[in-house]
Amino acid sequence: MLKLILRRVLVAIPTLILVSMIVFGLQKILPGDPVLTLAGEERDPAVLDYLRDKYRLDDPLPMQYAAWVGQVLQGDLGRSLRTDVPVTTLIAQKLPVTLQLAVMAMFWALLIGIPAGILAAVKKGTKVEYGANVAALSGMSIPNFWLGILLIMLVSVQWRLLPASGYVPPSQDLWLSFKTMLMPSIVLSTALAAYLMRHTRSSMLEALNADYVRTARAKGVSPRGVVLRHALRNALMPIVTLVTLLFGELLAGAVLTEQVFTIPGFGKLIVDAVFNRDYAVVQGVVLVVAAGFIIMNLVADVLYILINPRLRHA
Amino acid sequence: MSTPIATSVAAPAMVAPARRRHRAWHKFKRNRGAVFGAIVVLIFAILALFAPWIATHDPLQTSFMAIRKAPSAAMWLGSDELGRDIFSRLVYGARASLMAGVVSVLIALAVGVPFGLISGYFGGWTDSIISRATEALLAIPFLILAIALAAFLGPSLTNAMIAIGVSAAPNFVRLTRGQVLSITKEDYVQSARALGASDTRIICRHIFPNVMPPLIVQATITIATAIIAEASLSFLGLGLQPPTPSWGSMLNTAKNFMTQAPWMSIFPGAAIFLAVLGFNMLGDGLRDALDPRQEK
Amino acid sequence: MTTANLDTQRVLQVDNLSVDFATQQGAVRAVRNVSFHVDRRETLAIVGESGSGKSVTSLSLMRLIEYGGGTITADGLRLRRRNGETVDMMRASDRQLQSVRGSDIAMIFQEPMTSLNPSFTAGVQIAEALQLHQNLDAAAARAETLRMLEQVRIPDARAILDRYPHQLSGGMRQRVMIAMALSCKPQVLIADEPTTALDVTIQAQILQLIRQLQEEMDMGVIFITHDMGVVAEVADRVLVMYRGEKVEDGTSDEIFSAPQHPYTRALLSAVPRLGAMNGTDAPAPFPLLEVAQAAAGVAAVPVAPPTDTVRRENGPILQIRNLVTRFDIPGGILGRTQRRVHAVEQVSFDLFPGETLSLVGESGCGKTTTGRSLLQLVKSQSGEITFDGQNIRTLRGSAMQRLRQHIQIIFQDPFASLDPRMTVGYSIMEPLLIHNVARGRKAQDRVRWLMDKCGLSPEMIDRYPHEFSGGQRQRICIARALALNPKVVIADESVSALDVSIQAQIVNLLLDLQRELGVSFLFISHDMAVVERVSHRVAVMYLGQIVEIGPRRAVFEAPQHPYTKKLMSAVPVADPQRRHRQRSLLVDEIPSTVRALGDEPVVQPLVEVGPGHYVARHAVGKYS
Repeated sequence: MLKLILRRVLVAIPTLILVSMIVFGLQKILPGDPVLTLAGEERDPAVLDYLRDKYRLDDPLPMQYAAWVGQVLQGDLGRSLRTDVPVTTLIAQKLPVTLQLAVMAMFWALLIGIPAGILAAVKKGTKVEYGANVAALSGMSIPNFWLGILLIMLVSVQWRLLPASGYVPPSQDLWLSFKTMLMPSIVLSTALAAYLMRHTRSSMLEALNADYVRTARAKGVSPRGVVLRHALRNALMPIVTLVTLLFGELLAGAVLTEQVFTIPGFGKLIVDAVFNRDYAVVQGVVLVVAAGFIIMNLVADVLYILINPRLRHA
Repeated sequence: MSTPIATSVAAPAMVAPARRRHRAWHKFKRNRGAVFGAIVVLIFAILALFAPWIATHDPLQTSFMAIRKAPSAAMWLGSDELGRDIFSRLVYGARASLMAGVVSVLIALAVGVPFGLISGYFGGWTDSIISRATEALLAIPFLILAIALAAFLGPSLTNAMIAIGVSAAPNFVRLTRGQVLSITKEDYVQSARALGASDTRIICRHIFPNVMPPLIVQATITIATAIIAEASLSFLGLGLQPPTPSWGSMLNTAKNFMTQAPWMSIFPGAAIFLAVLGFNMLGDGLRDALDPRQEK
Repeated sequence: MTTANLDTQRVLQVDNLSVDFATQQGAVRAVRNVSFHVDRRETLAIVGESGSGKSVTSLSLMRLIEYGGGTITADGLRLRRRNGETVDMMRASDRQLQSVRGSDIAMIFQEPMTSLNPSFTAGVQIAEALQLHQNLDAAAARAETLRMLEQVRIPDARAILDRYPHQLSGGMRQRVMIAMALSCKPQVLIADEPTTALDVTIQAQILQLIRQLQEEMDMGVIFITHDMGVVAEVADRVLVMYRGEKVEDGTSDEIFSAPQHPYTRALLSAVPRLGAMNGTDAPAPFPLLEVAQAAAGVAAVPVAPPTDTVRRENGPILQIRNLVTRFDIPGGILGRTQRRVHAVEQVSFDLFPGETLSLVGESGCGKTTTGRSLLQLVKSQSGEITFDGQNIRTLRGSAMQRLRQHIQIIFQDPFASLDPRMTVGYSIMEPLLIHNVARGRKAQDRVRWLMDKCGLSPEMIDRYPHEFSGGQRQRICIARALALNPKVVIADESVSALDVSIQAQIVNLLLDLQRELGVSFLFISHDMAVVERVSHRVAVMYLGQIVEIGPRRAVFEAPQHPYTKKLMSAVPVADPQRRHRQRSLLVDEIPSTVRALGDEPVVQPLVEVGPGHYVARHAVGKYS
C-alpha cells in the first residue's frame, strides 16, 4: 500500500511541472513587451532593465522558464499592475474568503446531493426517482449567476431577509458572516449537489445490482441492511474521490457567484484582474489554483487507496 | 447404401429482432426526457438559424421612449435599459450561444480525439507524454482555464470559442483513450490483428466506429457545458462584446436593474437554462439509447 | 388457510411454479408449471442449457427473483424449517421470508468473486448470518465462524477470517461462500452452478466437500448445472428443463441409461463422456441426435468409421522448439519489473497436416499463451517456430502478413469476437480484402460458400452479429478463419462458452472441415472429455510446461505423469455407474507461475515412454 501511495505522489510531480509550463506559456501568448507583465506599475527604464535581467527575458525560453520558476519558489509571483501589491499578498488576503464560501457550498451539496442520490437509487422507477432526476438535471443546467440574481430579487429585494452583497469575516461577526454567505453558498452548491446526486445514484444502482447484494438478500439481510450496510459502503467509495475533485469546480463557480454577490474573494480577484489587464495576478491565480487542484487530486487518490480494501491490502 | 454420417447440424435460422439502429431509435423515442430535450434543441436551432425572420424588432435598435418597459403586446418580453426589444435580442443571442456551443465542441473533438486514439492505441512513451499533458490541463478547472485563455487572447467570441474548445479538449482525450484501451482488448480487435489487418485499418474500421457512440453522448453534454461557459464569459465581459446580443452579457447589464426591470434578468437567464437543459436531456437520452449493456 | 405440513423426510415441495417477466414485447413466461420436491440427504440436480429457466427457478425458491423483476405464481412453495414447522413461502410475509433465508434455506452462487462483498472480510460476512439468525454476539459469532471455516476444510482458517475476498483464490472463495451459507445449518442448500467457474481439480474438491457436508448436516441439496458429468457425480435425482418447462425427471440412473423425452435423449447424445473413446485412435464426431429425430423415435444415429486425415509424408507443418513467453509485472516504486509470469517455458511439439493436437490444462498452465505466441498476438522471448520449413517466430512486416493467411485463430467468446458494427458478411470477407485475394463479386461468392459450408444460411450475409445465437456466431468465426484456406487453425477454447448441444455441433463441424479441407487444428481446451473426442494427439500442460504428450489413446488410457493422472481422476464422468465414490479431501490450489527475477524454473527434455509418448520426469511444481 505504501508503495502505491509513494508511486502516486511521484506521478504528481511531472504533472505539477507541466502545469507550471502551461501557466508560464500563457504570458507568452500576449503581444507586446513581456516585461510589462511583471513590472506592475513601474515604467522606470532602470527598473525595467533590472526586471529583464532578473527574469532573463533576453535569454532563450528555457532559461526564462527556469528564472520564473526560481522566483515562484521563493514566493514571488510578481506584482499587481494596478495596486503594486505583491500577488502573493493579494492571494493570501482573498483566498480565505473564497474558501469559506466553497466549504459552505460543499456542505450544502453533500447534505442534499448524497442522500438524494441514495433515495433515487433505492426508489428506482418511482415518481420520487423521476422527480429527483429532473431536479438534478435542472440543477446542472441552471447558470448559477442567473440563480443568484433571481434569489437576490426574491430574498433580498422582495422579502428583505438576507443582504444582497458584501462580506463580513467570521472573526468579526459570526452570525452576520453566515447571513452574508448563505445565499451565495446555496447558489454555488446547486450544480455540485446535482452532480453528486447523479453520481451517487448511479454508483448506488451499480452496487444494488451487484451479485453480493443478491447474496446478502439470500442470507436474510433486511432491505435496510442491504442498502445501508452492504451497498452503501461500496457505492460511496468512488464518491469520496469525486468530492475532492469537485472542489475544483467549486472554485470556478465561485468566480461567477462572487461577481453577482460582490464578495471580495479569489474569484472576483481574477475577474477584476482580467479586466484590468493585470496579467501577473491572472497568472498567479491560475498557478495557485492548478497547484492546489493537483494536491487535491493527490489527496483524493491517497484517500481512495486507504479506504478501498482491494488497494489497502493489495 | 452408405450410412448417413452424423454431421454438423445446420444452424436454424433465427428471426431477427429489430436492427441495432432501430432498437436505439425506439428506446430513444420512448424516453420522454430525451424527446423533450431534442425538441428544445430543435427550437433553439430554428431560432438561431431563422433569427431575422423570427425576431420582431431590430436587436440593436435603441429607443429613448421605450426604456425599461415591462412585457407588453408590442415588446413580448419587455425592453432593456437602452430601449431594445429583449425578445429579439434573445433570438439573436441564440446564434452566439449555439454557435459557441457547437464550434467549441468541434474544436475540442478535433484536438482531443486524435490524441486520445494515438495515446490509447500505441501506448508506450507517446501515451505517457500525452497523458501527463492531459492531466496537467485537467488540473486547471475548466472555467478558470477558459477565463485565463480568454484574458490572454483578448475578449471576443472567436477567442471565447477557442478558449472553451481548448479547455474541453483534455476531457475528450481522456474519454477516447479510455474507450480505445478497452476496445483494443476485445477479441474482435485481436481477431483483426490475427487476420493481418494493419494498424491503420484496425483504428479506422474497428476502433473508431465503436468509440463514436460514447463520444457523441459526451459531445452533446459538452455543448451544454460550452453554452454555460460562453454565457459565463460574456457575463464577465470576456466573450462577445456588446452591442451584439449575447445572453450572458444581457444578464451582466441586467443585474444593475434588478429592482427596476426584473424581466431583464429573468428572460435571458431562462433562455440559457432552457437551452442547456435541452442539450443535457438530449445527451442523457442518447446515452440511455446507445447503452451497450442493454443490448445482449 | 393453513399450510399442509410436510412429511419429516421432505424438506422442500414446489407445486406448479411459474415465473413471468415484463418486457417490451409483453409478459414473457420464463418458467412454466414446474413441480418437484427434495428430501433430506438427497441431491436433486436441475439440468438444462441456456434459456431453460433453471437459474430463474433456483432464484424463485427463496423468491429472490422478485428483486430482478420476476413475478412468481405457484400453488405452493413449502419449506420444512429446522424446528419442524412448515412454511409456504408464497404466503409468507416479508419478515418471515427474511428469517427463513439464510437460516432454513440457503444458496450459493456461481461467481464467488462478485458474490462476496469486496469491502468486508470473510469472517465478517460469515458472522453476519450467525448474528442475524441466531442472535449471537460478536465474540460467539467469530468463534462459530472459525469452526465453520474449519468444517469447510480451509487450511489456516484463523488467518482467512480477516482476509478480504480479493486476497483469496477462486476455490477458497467458494468455500467461504459455502461456510456462510451453511453457518445456520439450513435444511436445504441451493447450489447455482457453484463449480462452473472453477478449474477441474478444484471443482472435484468442492463437489466432494458439498457431498460431505450434506451427510454431516442431514440436508437436501438442489444442484443447478448444465454439466452432465457433474450431474452424474452428485445427483440422486435429476430434473431436466427445456425452454422453461420440466421435460423429464427421475433417478440419476434412469435418466442416463433410459431417457424418455426426446430432448433428454438429444441432450445426452451431445454430452462428451470421458472414456467413450476407449479403444479407438482417431477422433470421431458426436452421434448427435436432433430433438426432432428423437421425437420421431430414432434411437441412435449411426456414425461412420472415421477416416484418417493425418498426412505424415512431408513432415510436420508446424514445429515448435523450446518456446518461451514471459510477461513482466511492473512493481516497485518506479514501476520497474521485479517479477515475471513464466507463462510458457520451453514448450516443444509438432503438428502434422490434417492432424488435431490438443493442448489441455487448467488455468495458468500456458495453453492459451502458447497459441497466441504462435501468431505474435503476444511477444515470445525465445525458441523456434517453424512453419512449412520457415522460421516465423520473429517475422516482421509483410512476411508476417503473408504468414497470417496460413495460420488462423478462433477465440472463445463468439459474442466478443465479431465487430458489432460490421455485417457478418463483411467480417468474413475482411481477410480476403486485407490480403487482396478477392474483391467485390468474387469475394461475396466465396463468403456465401463459406457460410454454407459452416452450416449458415447465406441469405443472412447482411445481418449483424447481435442477430445470431452463440452457436451461429461461432460458425461465423469459423467461416472467417477458413476464408483464406489456412493450413493451421488454432481453436482457443472455441467451444467452451457454448451450450452442450451446440458444442457438439461445432465439434462435428470442425471434424467435417478437417476431413474435407485437410486443415490441422491446435485445439486448446480445459475440457478433457471434449479433447478426447477431437484429438489425434494430446499435450498436457502444467505451470507453463508440457508434462506429457502423446497419441490421445496412450495419454488417456495409460497416463504416466502424476499431474495427468490427477487431472483425469478429477473430471466428472457423465455416467452415474462410474461415480468417484472415494476421493481424498485434499485441499490444494493451482500454483502461480509468477517468479522473481532470476528465479529460473527447472526444465528438462521429456522422456519417451512409448511410441510417440513422452513424459516429464523432472520436478514440475510439486510433481516429480
